[in-house]
Amino acid sequence: MTYPPGGYAPYGPDPWQQTSWDARAAGNFVCGGAGSGLIVFAALSDAGGAALASLMLAGLALVGLGLFCVSLELGRPLRALNVFRNPLTSWMGREAWTSALLFPAGLAAAMGVPGFVWVAALLALAFVTCQARLLQAAKGIPAWREPLLVPLVVTTGLAEGGGIFFAANPWHGTGTLWLLTGLGALVLLRIVVWLAYRRRLADALAHGARGALDRAGRVLQLAGTLLPLAVIAAIALGVVSGRDTAWLAALAGLAAAAAGAYVKYTLVTGAGFNQGFALAHLPVRDARAR
Amino acid sequence: MTRWAMVADLRRCVGCQTCTAACRHANATPPGVQWRRVLDMEFGEYPDVRRAFVPVGCQHCDDPPCRDVCPTHATRKRADGIVTIDYDLCIGCAYCAVACPYQARHRTLRAAFAYDKPMENETKRRDDARLAVATKCTFCVDRIDDGLAKGLRPGVDPEATPACVNACITQTLQFGDLDDPASNVSQLVARTEHFRMHEELGTGPGFYYIWDAKEARS
Repeated sequence: MTYPPGGYAPYGPDPWQQTSWDARAAGNFVCGGAGSGLIVFAALSDAGGAALASLMLAGLALVGLGLFCVSLELGRPLRALNVFRNPLTSWMGREAWTSALLFPAGLAAAMGVPGFVWVAALLALAFVTCQARLLQAAKGIPAWREPLLVPLVVTTGLAEGGGIFFAANPWHGTGTLWLLTGLGALVLLRIVVWLAYRRRLADALAHGARGALDRAGRVLQLAGTLLPLAVIAAIALGVVSGRDTAWLAALAGLAAAAAGAYVKYTLVTGAGFNQGFALAHLPVRDARAR
Repeated sequence: MTRWAMVADLRRCVGCQTCTAACRHANATPPGVQWRRVLDMEFGEYPDVRRAFVPVGCQHCDDPPCRDVCPTHATRKRADGIVTIDYDLCIGCAYCAVACPYQARHRTLRAAFAYDKPMENETKRRDDARLAVATKCTFCVDRIDDGLAKGLRPGVDPEATPACVNACITQTLQFGDLDDPASNVSQLVARTEHFRMHEELGTGPGFYYIWDAKEARS
């Protein structure tokens, strides 16, 4: 528990929303995932030159913004470099080391050094995986420790990055139909993982966490899945064409990214209920000898 | 080998919170931060209602999730089972706090006092090294180590025993070496029905809750 200067956190036998990580920590998962996804999509696209450099730098900026957000949550930010001390067991340590490799690789890719686009993409994948495992290693939070959270956070991050890639497509113009179809497949995979994740957690969540996830789930289904898939299908089937295509793809991308960000924000700040305390047996108090 | 462990006999606890007060006194924790808490839990519905007082805190697990997630090695587990925090290494990321299934970890961002201004004792015992980092029950590790150095037996000699155990008015709390079959805690665990909190998570808590006599159930 973290005790803010303004007051003290409640505690009791029943589960309550954790108070240690707030929007700043959520910002790391939202921006880090989106940045990683953007780097992966930039690598998969036909982008080159200034477009590739812009996309790579935007991806790195998002990852950096996420790390900056989480640094604001550190109690002792001047010791932040200690985060590199334990990559052997800590996913936070691994996330830090991966980011330390991702930035130079991404910069090299942005500068056009051959081969580094793929190195950066692999490191971005590793980074978003570290974030997912980081959250899943938090055993105190039932909604986080569920193993299906790992594919959920990874697919969400990639879909967010793909969404931002297509939201910016009217400017960089390097999006292709197969890449847009790839975003559609990711969005579809994300909702499948989400539904499996929710089914697995059906009986394991506190009332407040369940409500928060249900709200996020509705946003994910409507704005994050149905809308982008409808637009992508319309484009792929040739229902729309011409200049409208780029703007509609941008709309689909924005919806996919925003819904994913909302899900991750909710996971941290609304569904982070602990499991409280429970007794396996009630004490037997009677006149028997002790 | 030695495995320090604590036992709470739930049949005995009356919820007086003396252990909480003793812990706060011994460890000078700020207002609101209780390394040893006693939960007041109710079960059932009127008229069939049961009540239990449950001492909780760091369970000094065999496989502590807080240690594994710690990115700085600030959290470690000693060979005798006690989980410790190095306040000088901790960056206050609170990852351990969300990893702990027992809500045992605390992080106080600014100095807090009982009243607007610190009292004399609060000024005297203020420790800024514990601000903005993770803190938790240490099983009063300094008392144990000092006591052992003097040839005392933790769990038997009060000077070498955690403050909460010394203060317990009903002998609900007991402390000792689980690897010693003759210790008080080993004897208690052997002759009673007991459980450990959230055992399904595989953390292997070093804190046992007694709920009935073994012979009564055989």
